[in-house]
Amino acid sequence: MKVIFKLYATLQDYLPAEAKRTNAQTLHLEEGTTVQQIIERFALPQKLCHLVLIDGHFVPPGERGTRVLEDGAILAIWPPVAGG
Amino acid sequence: MAWNRKLLRVDLSKGTCKAEPLNMEWAQEYLGQRGLATKYFVEEVDPKVDPLAPENKLIMTTGPLTGTVASTGGRYSVVTKGALTGAIACSNSGGYFGAELKFSGWDMIIFEGKSPKPVYLSIEDDKVELRDASHLWGKTVFQTEEIIKSSHQDPQIRVSSIGRSGENGVLFACVVNDLHRAAGRSGVGTVMGSKNLKAVAVRGKSGSGGALKDAKGFMAATKAAKKVLADNAVTGQGLPKYGTQVLMNVINEMGALPTRNHRDVQFEDARKISGEAMHEKRPTDGKTHLVTNAACFGCTIACGRISRIDETHFSVVNKPQYWGASGGLEYEAAWALGAANGVGDLEALQYVNVLCNEDGFDPITFGATIAAAMELYDLGILTKEQIGLEAPFGSAQALVELAQMTAQGIGFGKELGMGSARLCAKYGRPELSMGVKKQEFPAYDSRGIQGMGLGYATSNRGACHLRAYTVASEVLGIPVKTDPLVTEGKADLVKAFQDATSVFDSAGVCAFTTFAWSLADLQPQLDTACEGDWTMEKLALLGERIWNMERLFNNAAGFTAKDDDLPPRLKTEAAKTGPAKGLVNGIDKMRPEYYKARGWTPEGVPTKETLDRLGL
Ligand code: SF4
Repeated sequence: MKVIFKLYATLQDYLPAEAKRTNAQTLHLEEGTTVQQIIERFALPQKLCHLVLIDGHFVPPGERGTRVLEDGAILAIWPPVAGG
Repeated sequence: MAWNRKLLRVDLSKGTCKAEPLNMEWAQEYLGQRGLATKYFVEEVDPKVDPLAPENKLIMTTGPLTGTVASTGGRYSVVTKGALTGAIACSNSGGYFGAELKFSGWDMIIFEGKSPKPVYLSIEDDKVELRDASHLWGKTVFQTEEIIKSSHQDPQIRVSSIGRSGENGVLFACVVNDLHRAAGRSGVGTVMGSKNLKAVAVRGKSGSGGALKDAKGFMAATKAAKKVLADNAVTGQGLPKYGTQVLMNVINEMGALPTRNHRDVQFEDARKISGEAMHEKRPTDGKTHLVTNAACFGCTIACGRISRIDETHFSVVNKPQYWGASGGLEYEAAWALGAANGVGDLEALQYVNVLCNEDGFDPITFGATIAAAMELYDLGILTKEQIGLEAPFGSAQALVELAQMTAQGIGFGKELGMGSARLCAKYGRPELSMGVKKQEFPAYDSRGIQGMGLGYATSNRGACHLRAYTVASEVLGIPVKTDPLVTEGKADLVKAFQDATSVFDSAGVCAFTTFAWSLADLQPQLDTACEGDWTMEKLALLGERIWNMERLFNNAAGFTAKDDDLPPRLKTEAAKTGPAKGLVNGIDKMRPEYYKARGWTPEGVPTKETLDRLGL
């Protein structure tokens, strides 16, 4: 299955060079892959994975290990950020 | 220093300047800046006053922490009855002007009346005089600052002024200081212009007036509070690196980025105008748009953006005066000039943002007014002949030309200068103005962030994100994460944010500290700086008192519960995409809950018990 994976702000350093201009890359994943497995696969520091959204909906830290990604999902992650 | 205990009263009609002792009893109940200046204002000004009449007053005010070593302690506010809204207005600005005013020995300046000819106020400590400003009238903010500095032969003077838009009666003119910091909203610059007051130039050599209550304790408290800012990932790393503009992609992903006059909630070109894009090298010249970050006086966060426009961009070809580095883009301006109009051209947005600074008009209201005009054009209500050009959604060319017309007060720019509420009403479609109390929404769609809808509807200065920034909780999880798509619990959340923000706005520090600080971090700084006992209980009550005082003024000015509402689009047209797809804002459910939480009647009037409890 395909999932669009987006990393923003300082986390974009963990994307391959060709994906940086869009902050996004398409991942081909096995069924049953969880959010936490993606975080580990890309070696993202846990404390920088602050705002984790699937299709724009917040995934609380406690659900990342069990939350399974579905085909066509958009997974986007930010470090702690704010603005105004 | 905390308070200098001294205010300056300037009667522009008579041309007099008089020192007065600061009312220290009021200072104990209203602290400073927003709270204390609003207290003076509501005591002295008839709520029904025409904002542009000489009887309206305008107060420039600092807080007790302004000009101290507290982090971000450089803020000042402009308090008046807003030209755009007709409601109480309080616009807050950073930069260096506020601290300089404090160093000159004054806590606030109350301007009253109207000068028979253009003047500026010159302050050098106790030497205060109104000077002729005929040579400054018609000049931009940038030119005004340069001329004043050179005529005084003092590059260290700090200047706060209006640009041409404030002279021309643009109803959303700002007061701009230090070139690109602005008391931006509600038309406070328009009021200043109506008084023929072009600028205030301050040089503070005396340093400080009043003493700190406990200087040693204050040093320890401010040091501890700075550590909290430095250790916090948002204020220590996120804001300095990406600025507020980091939000563009976040809010778009969450389906809460108002696009094309709120027809849509996601913008296909959001990334092109985001904080991330500002860090990328341009194909044309190999340079990044962003040059550096910047800080206001005493700030250890440094969220400000300084950028450089691509010299080959159509907006600045043959205009070398715009090729240097200048302030922007911040998130609000990038959204209002960009997504709100469907314009995904970063360079065009920066150019227009510079025009807003240069001639002193609010980019939020301006951008949102362009969005309304583009919708009227799209519907065939406004034509190319009326506007003077084609103005479809997404046209960077139209945005740029209309900004130039507004800055100079020519052509259709005069109509845009009314703001979207008056423009849409004039063309028979008042419901297309996206705002509350005639002030346009900022950068969050309240269908995707429900609490913001209630915050906008009940903001005392018209639609505003800085009165109750529930985005912090609903999106970013500060201090706790709440669900942005539900209305439950939002009445209490909005009230808590409104009250706490009132305290920060009255202290002299920046609202952005609240991403790391709570009232418990501010309290020891105030308690060691200011005489009296500044307990948490006292501060909580203070915030609520200020909020209710502003509300009473608005009610007396003629506002009612009907004005605490959102445009029909947000209540009846559901979000088309994203997490909020199918949702409208639940304002009609939240409003009564909020009135109850506030201790107000169902008509939105504070009850006698509430007023007694708050000492109002
Ligand atoms: S956080 Fe930003 S806006 Fe606030 S004082 Fe610092 S630089 Fe200025």
